Amino acid sequence: MKDYVIIGNSIAAVGCIEGIRKIDKDGSILVIGNENHFVYGRPLISYMLMGKTSLDKMNYRDENFYDVNKVETKLGVEVVSIDKDAKAVKLSTGDVIEYKKLMLATGSRPFLPPMKGIELVEKRTSFMSIDDALKLDKMISKDEDVLIIGAGLIGLKCVEGILDKVKSITVVDLANRVLPSILDEKGSELVKKYLESKGVKFILGESIGEFTSSTTATTTTGKELTFGTLVTAVGVKPNTSLLQDIGGKVNRGIVVDQNGKTSIDDIYAGGDCVESIDISCDTQRILAILPNAYFQGRSAGISMAGGDEPFDKAMPMNSIGFFDLHIITAGSYIGDKDVVLDDEDNYKVLFTKDNLLVGFILIGDVKRAGIYTNLIRNKTPLDTIDYSLIRTNPQLMAFSYKHRQEQLGRAH
Amino acid sequence: MKRVYVNEKWCLGCRLCEYNCAFANSGMDDMVKALKDVEINPRIKVEKANGISFAVQCRHCKDPLCVKVCIAGALHLDEDGVIRINQDKCVGCHSCVMACPYGAIMPSGHGVMQKCELCLQNSSKEPACVKGCPNKAIVYEER
Repeated sequence: MKDYVIIGNSIAAVGCIEGIRKIDKDGSILVIGNENHFVYGRPLISYMLMGKTSLDKMNYRDENFYDVNKVETKLGVEVVSIDKDAKAVKLSTGDVIEYKKLMLATGSRPFLPPMKGIELVEKRTSFMSIDDALKLDKMISKDEDVLIIGAGLIGLKCVEGILDKVKSITVVDLANRVLPSILDEKGSELVKKYLESKGVKFILGESIGEFTSSTTATTTTGKELTFGTLVTAVGVKPNTSLLQDIGGKVNRGIVVDQNGKTSIDDIYAGGDCVESIDISCDTQRILAILPNAYFQGRSAGISMAGGDEPFDKAMPMNSIGFFDLHIITAGSYIGDKDVVLDDEDNYKVLFTKDNLLVGFILIGDVKRAGIYTNLIRNKTPLDTIDYSLIRTNPQLMAFSYKHRQEQLGRAH
Repeated sequence: MKRVYVNEKWCLGCRLCEYNCAFANSGMDDMVKALKDVEINPRIKVEKANGISFAVQCRHCKDPLCVKVCIAGALHLDEDGVIRINQDKCVGCHSCVMACPYGAIMPSGHGVMQKCELCLQNSSKEPACVKGCPNKAIVYEER
């Protein structure tokens, strides 16, 4: 019997451990993870391939993290089922472990729509994990033509990671523009042009019709493609089946309250496998981003240990760079669109609605973007600040003297 | 813990804090050599407009958003209350820039981020910005 069992060993799990330990210094914690690695930030895998970090530096917490927090781990092991009545989980090893509180930090997995002939392709991988990245690194060389399916965050970070290590990269996506989940049309166009200037080829608005051999494919409009390595980065699916199998409430993701509680007693969840309420548009949706995973995990951990620190500030936010082009976006692209900057290298749009900043896109100059993020997070009424000043550059000058005294004159 | 606090009304906008910051973090022992013909990239920034000025640097929040959003585990809230960055682990993704409500984390100029660490580990041993402020517009104290 363990006081706390956590399924998953990524960011939400770390948040959960740190949340539990804030309240309960001694209760037993077991982490069960199917990847045989020390916890690492998934977005680092592209930086690893381009040499900006390395395996030995990718640990998300200090090497003694599990020891200091008195956490037992079982890594490289799957949980196959939950028995909610006996309050126990069954492992792929056959072991059964009882829990008092259970955390599902099960994340998401690559989603691959059926594609005719894909089984013919010998050299192919998804791009979600260290193991995927290591596998890809072995497949590629300076003579390799790489085909990437998916022009979203994962596909394009993969581009950045390997562009200097291969001969060519072609990106195919059914969507007619790149990064549609975080950019508007103009932003997409700027980023696409930038990546094209680096030599990346795009085929957008169509998908692969059929793989005709291990190294050839035709698109839906009949274009013939030749490649050596295939990376599939179409999208991800939340891992919800453990809870679904026992009747827990699941929409697209697991349904939780703001303390991370699922519909089943003593079972909590957080991270890419759950839905959150996006405060920038008051909509319940999956927000599969690293910060959210940490916040939700922590809130759930605190709640599991008897505390109460709800996480009620979920919203999309992404910081992503391609070589020397940085992009920071947050919130929802609804309401009035204020295009502040639109030239060859920079694009900046703010979205306002009902006297609030609800979203922004910054490409190029991203300095001090957190001041904007904070306006969305805190729902700061725009008539209490100098909007004409802050729209040009994020700055504390735009706030009232009293507010600044509060911010810069006290400990927070 | 002691933090740097701003007395906005006394700020002259002279930017000496920026120069002292850049010097203290340069690793050099001669200010002229460290700063001559160099475009400084300090960890404290003076905002200035319409006769108002004040300095902004890391507030060393007790519940820091930057640490929570860091994808690399490069930012830490240490036991002495200081938020430090391990530049060896930083990959320059700018997630901390996206999250910091004060706009107090910035690129170092060599691919990773930098922030105020109160000069506790450089040769100044206490905030150089405060030491050099001619009008006590920034102070280092318990509040």
